[in-house]
Amino acid sequence: MTPTEELNSLMNWMFSEGLLDQQFQQLQMLQDASNPDFVSEVITLFCKDSEIILAELTKLLRDQPVVDFQKVDAYVHQLKGSSSSVGANNVKLACIHFRQFYEENNKEGCFSSLNAMEREYFRLKDKLGTMLQLEQRIQAYESSKHN
Amino acid sequence: MSSPARGSRGFGAGGEPAAIHVLAVDDSSVDRAVIAGLLRSSKYRVTAVDSGKKALELLGMQEPNVNMIITDYWMPEMTGYELLKRVKESSKLREIPVVIMSSENVPNRINRCLEEGAEDFLLKPVRPSDVSRLSSWIR
Repeated sequence: MTPTEELNSLMNWMFSEGLLDQQFQQLQMLQDASNPDFVSEVITLFCKDSEIILAELTKLLRDQPVVDFQKVDAYVHQLKGSSSSVGANNVKLACIHFRQFYEENNKEGCFSSLNAMEREYFRLKDKLGTMLQLEQRIQAYESSKHN
Repeated sequence: MSSPARGSRGFGAGGEPAAIHVLAVDDSSVDRAVIAGLLRSSKYRVTAVDSGKKALELLGMQEPNVNMIITDYWMPEMTGYELLKRVKESSKLREIPVVIMSSENVPNRINRCLEEGAEDFLLKPVRPSDVSRLSSWIR
């Protein structure tokens, strides 16, 4: 497969698996010559933000004898917002499930959706990394053709 | 004559119409980047700040030249609603159209903001079609 075919295949898979949704496509459409790094900049911010939130969630869940679910919910609300803004669909859904369990006072559900949040985030991060690498390879090839 | 706070739609150095200046307020760095990207792709000039306090500091300057404010509702220390109220209470700032963004569809919240003078209320995630609506609020 050429890098372009690999990238297309990866993107199709990410959308069909629900890792990404239409919002991500909207962001891709905003990238152009005047804003060539827009998508990678947004991804970088999202990853930085998400990892801070996940670290705080870990502290709240593991380091405290009693879990302050209100604080946990506030962080999950933030993560839900940013994942929705970038099109990180499965991460967003895990956040939505957490909040539903939180409202029902279902602690087990809360813990399982927090695990899902972490799992989905790192799965997405890994695939986005591959996507950006493929894009760089394609760009490098395109530039070399013009030189 | 337009007030100094509300940017006049004058001309740039090259004689072309000056870009509309939007002040975007959001405590989320991700959402700030997304809203700025959306606005810039529609050729708006964007200043993005992370709090209502910083927004008011900028608006308090001699010539902020802001044509529109777009603010998140839910922010620590000062909500978008509180920022909206401060803008509408100020004789210098009240003509600047304010649009509120929120990730939550809460009818009371939306009504309260509209009653306080917000021009529009956008549900996040904000899309290009939402941004194209904004031009109707620019005076």
